[in-house]
Amino acid sequence: MSTQPDLLYSEEEEALRSAVRDLLADHCDAPGVIARTESDAPHDLAAWKALADGMGLAGLLVPEDKGGQGATHREVAVVLEELGRAVAPVPYLTSAVVATEALLATDADDLLAELASGRRIGALAVALNIAPGGAYKVVRHEDGALHGELTAVADAAVADVLLVPADDGGLYAVDAADATLVPQVSLDLTRPLATVRLDGAPGRLLGDAEPAVRRALRSAAGLLASEQLGLADWALTETVRYLKERKQFNRPVGGFQALKHRLAQLWLEVVNLRAAARNAADALATGEDVELSVAVAQAYAAPVAVHAAEEALQLHAGIGMTWEHPIHLYLKRAKADSIAYGTAGAHRAAVAELVDLQAP
Amino acid sequence: MTDAAELKRRTAELLAAYPPATTDRLDFLRARFDAGLAWVHYPEGLGGLGAPRSLQAVVDAELEAAGAPDNDPRRIGIGLGMAAPTILKYGTDEQKQRFLRPLWTGEEVWCQLFSEPGAGSDLAALGTRAVREGEDWVVNGQKVWTSSAHLARWAILIARTDPDVPKHAGITYFLCDMTDPGIEVRPLRQITGEAEFNEVFITDVRIPDSRRLGEIGDGWRVAQTTLNNERVAIGGMRLPREGGMIAPAAKTWRERPELRTHDLHQRLLKLWVDSEVSRLTAERLRQQLVAGQPGPEGAGMKLAFARLNQEISGLEVELRGEEGLLYDDWTMRRPELVDFTGRDAGYRYLRSKGNSIEGGTTEILLNIVAERVLGLPAEPRTDKDVAWKDLAR
Repeated sequence: MSTQPDLLYSEEEEALRSAVRDLLADHCDAPGVIARTESDAPHDLAAWKALADGMGLAGLLVPEDKGGQGATHREVAVVLEELGRAVAPVPYLTSAVVATEALLATDADDLLAELASGRRIGALAVALNIAPGGAYKVVRHEDGALHGELTAVADAAVADVLLVPADDGGLYAVDAADATLVPQVSLDLTRPLATVRLDGAPGRLLGDAEPAVRRALRSAAGLLASEQLGLADWALTETVRYLKERKQFNRPVGGFQALKHRLAQLWLEVVNLRAAARNAADALATGEDVELSVAVAQAYAAPVAVHAAEEALQLHAGIGMTWEHPIHLYLKRAKADSIAYGTAGAHRAAVAELVDLQAP
Repeated sequence: MTDAAELKRRTAELLAAYPPATTDRLDFLRARFDAGLAWVHYPEGLGGLGAPRSLQAVVDAELEAAGAPDNDPRRIGIGLGMAAPTILKYGTDEQKQRFLRPLWTGEEVWCQLFSEPGAGSDLAALGTRAVREGEDWVVNGQKVWTSSAHLARWAILIARTDPDVPKHAGITYFLCDMTDPGIEVRPLRQITGEAEFNEVFITDVRIPDSRRLGEIGDGWRVAQTTLNNERVAIGGMRLPREGGMIAPAAKTWRERPELRTHDLHQRLLKLWVDSEVSRLTAERLRQQLVAGQPGPEGAGMKLAFARLNQEISGLEVELRGEEGLLYDDWTMRRPELVDFTGRDAGYRYLRSKGNSIEGGTTEILLNIVAERVLGLPAEPRTDKDVAWKDLAR
């Protein structure tokens, strides 16, 4: 490591945070998100439009000369923290990060500009659970058309264009209209999955799939830690607030030492996660020490986010088990995130390789 | 404003006037103090230049490159980390002039007479008595867990000067002469076999009122400065990646493939990741301090440090298998320096058990985080309005 990573938030990043938080306060209140999960349209496309169109956030990773904002992973990480804090059902991670990173590895500047502007939503047709170094399914490329079925593709239901890896090693762009997209009943209500079926769909060859998919998944894994930070921070903050109000045995339950200690431990985990997530975002932005920073952040983040959501539920007790209270949205997202882009165990295995702590 | 360039210039002047190769170590350290390059954030005339604390690194790097001697900070940690900031904040001009220079050069070693057998987590309940006699205070009592007491020239001491008021209000802070005939230091043997701490028995020790630090009855507030600096010192060490307790465990893992199991591998990787994240948190905290935005994160560093040290050293004992059943040496010694990562895994395992006790137990620190950082209700107190002499004991 030549220089120390910048682990703080700049003033501009804090300003971006408040702008996103204000927008989500207007669009993504908890009762609205819960009601939407049971409708035909779980995604909040109005919020997406406001983020992408109104604020130009879909193009943060795209250089200005390619129609984007020319920002870095550091700013994207701040946006994802706020989206995690609100469990916002928008295809930001999947389109503005994953599909965009895949396109950045190709020459498809027209598609890139469309995604950056928010005019179209993209989805990389790789199952959500695949780790940056993991094997992924491909479809068959035959006689100029694509055939096959891919499962567990996050946010595919709202995608306009699918980026599909095929058995010839190519990455193809397929119009959603040419594919059959079937929503899957998903654990995470706010980032639903879908199957993508291609029956002789026309595809446009964008370039090699392998480097594009690797780049997309690495970036996703690293930045997911910031979403997990946002989730965990919400769970901690909301639980502390509630336990100061909630009274049993004639006192606020937050005054019981057993509960205070659990919350203090959780605070420590969130503080640690913030450092790990900032480090991964900064590494992705500078290109230094990327693989280890991402693997460390993901090996640490998932258990913390799940623990935070689980503690929030247990410490809210009865009300936390209800459909009406939003904790379940956070628990479902945190648990799904613990599988997304590789489990903590998969990332620990990557750490083992990177720092030469070999398995027996 | 003293900036980096100015400090480099002054450091070069010091090195020119006192070439390290031909200057006596102590003469050099005294000259460095007098040049304001000892701790640049201290005031002029007291070893500093009133410069930003972060610029100390500039001076240290220049001096290290020139091969200059340092003041062996590990040997005088209590003086530098706890006594000095407290004297700086509460001392009279005379006290600051008398004590800070020999403290910093290491000519005078300091120890801390705070904990007592009956006052651990509840330090404010301490019972060592100081009674005014003319211009002196006469002190009687017993202190414990005192590192360096057998080497120390001076001690920071808190004692009860008024038993008739609630415990926090009746304490006064003193600078105690460890050569007084009424001071008896006995080694306190620990579970590691050695005695890095002492018990100190205080019998009719006379301390002139001029060596009182702060107001009579204000000792608890003065002691907060000392204790806050202790926690910063314990949790705030800057480590490289894979530094600290994880280093020997990782080394053993790489060098001894025959010891590896799948279970140990998973646990080691988890602790490696936790160590790295903890290092990043410490680095983030440091960056916040440099940027002038100190956060509450410091309160958590010691908690993480204690848990990691214990879990990693425990894992390493297990990893060593048959060797883990052995111990390097139970001989009673009084080490001058304590190195948590020194000696064998067995020693590290046993010594690190103290990390969650010394400088505030993990349980007390969790209370502090819960109350001061998260704003949760304080523990119910039955002792606040009770005179010290009427407390349960």
